[in-house]
Amino acid sequence: MATVIVVTSGKGGVGKTTSTAALGAALAQSGQNVVVVDFDVGLRNLDLVMGAERRVVFDLINVVQGDAKLPQALIRDKRIDTLSLLPASQTRDKDALTAEGVTRVISELREKFDWIICDSPAGIERGATLAMHHADAAVVVTNPEVSSVRDSDRIIGMLDSKTAKAERGERMDKHLLLTRYDPARATRGEMLKTEDVLEILSIPLLGIIPESEEVLRASNLGTPVTLGSPNSAPAKAYIEAARRLRGETLVVSIPAERRGFMGRLFGRRAVA
Amino acid sequence: MALVLAPEPPVRDWLESLDSQISRSPSFFAGRPVVLDLGALPTETPDVAGLLRTLSERGIRIIGTEGAHPSWQGLEAWAPLHANGTRPARPIDVPEEPVPATPPSQDGNSLLIDQPVRSGQSIAFERGDITIMGSVASGAEVIAGGSIHVYGALRGRAIAGLTGNSRARIFCRKLEAELLAIDGVYQTADDMAPALRGKPVQAWLAGEAMMLAKLD
Repeated sequence: MATVIVVTSGKGGVGKTTSTAALGAALAQSGQNVVVVDFDVGLRNLDLVMGAERRVVFDLINVVQGDAKLPQALIRDKRIDTLSLLPASQTRDKDALTAEGVTRVISELREKFDWIICDSPAGIERGATLAMHHADAAVVVTNPEVSSVRDSDRIIGMLDSKTAKAERGERMDKHLLLTRYDPARATRGEMLKTEDVLEILSIPLLGIIPESEEVLRASNLGTPVTLGSPNSAPAKAYIEAARRLRGETLVVSIPAERRGFMGRLFGRRAVA
Repeated sequence: MALVLAPEPPVRDWLESLDSQISRSPSFFAGRPVVLDLGALPTETPDVAGLLRTLSERGIRIIGTEGAHPSWQGLEAWAPLHANGTRPARPIDVPEEPVPATPPSQDGNSLLIDQPVRSGQSIAFERGDITIMGSVASGAEVIAGGSIHVYGALRGRAIAGLTGNSRARIFCRKLEAELLAIDGVYQTADDMAPALRGKPVQAWLAGEAMMLAKLD
């Protein structure tokens, strides 16, 4: 049975699109049939991060409004053939999304794929509520910063009240994905601690993604980090998060700072 | 929301029908702000101030008047409202409720929330107490006619005693609140003693002052 996941956060710039691409690719790499759907109509980004920007012909809005058939708009990934992208429209805005159209597209996607991963736009308005409406589960992307945590809390409240699942009186599974975690800043006490974020949001932890050059590089190259450099720390964290989404129980490792030569030297002296 | 009462001449008959209304639903006016629309009374009505006092004696809380004639004396206590075109759209049906023989059960006077209150959510319960099994997030608010009990961290706003209940209290397991208010008296986070932050705390009113103390 297909699972619809919304990747959401409230706040912008926390890593929703990067995480959608990385989780989608990681699930597809494990043999699952995956589609990533860009709901950020007007500010289309997922196609760039997936490296498919030059192959977009039809988009979500065309399908929602009945101007194109779903298979015409789906873009199959060149590297993994179980991974597809449904891009957003860059020339339209969120008002072009209709509730009925989105319902129809999601139910068509459910017949074709194992996982439907919806990249939500930032904010709490129409685009974000439509992206979350049909979700079976949510990945709440949060940075260890107070503003991001409060916005995530707001989104969790909406997941529990504004979604189809909530309207049926069911409970939606919500997973916390802590991104842009900087071990050096964490040790200096400049970021919220993981346990504080977990205590405030009180939803289970899906993974901790360390802040990394690799993530930025992957986005700019149009290659999800789990495909481009699968042995890097963030890729490993995303791959483990994807396995947890599939129901595996794995201990979440908190990324430690990789210390340089001087750090190791001083570290040893401190122990001795 | 304020109710609007519009006395009609003859005033004595109007008062009688009001009394029979009150006897059928005794709690209807309890705690509700009322605006008095005097526009229907003729200019030569004697002792309008007396009428207002009579209404106050019936437990009706008048917060303002509309349509008072400038020649009427003794209305200073009830300031005229300058409603900018926000007149009520339609009359309200007064519900028929039987006079309760016994006090309402505890269930009817309390609201239990068994999950966290998230940022942006507002929980309001005017009839009584609110108990929250979880935290109240920063940017969330809980509004109760009675007391508020939070079995978690209180990081948002808690407004107790909304309907003029100065005996209402606020209890929380961990005080991180942005604002506490009881019967209109409030404190923001800046006003609270730093030693109380993060501690289990209760808040209550002593006269016009809000008191805060650790619970243990």
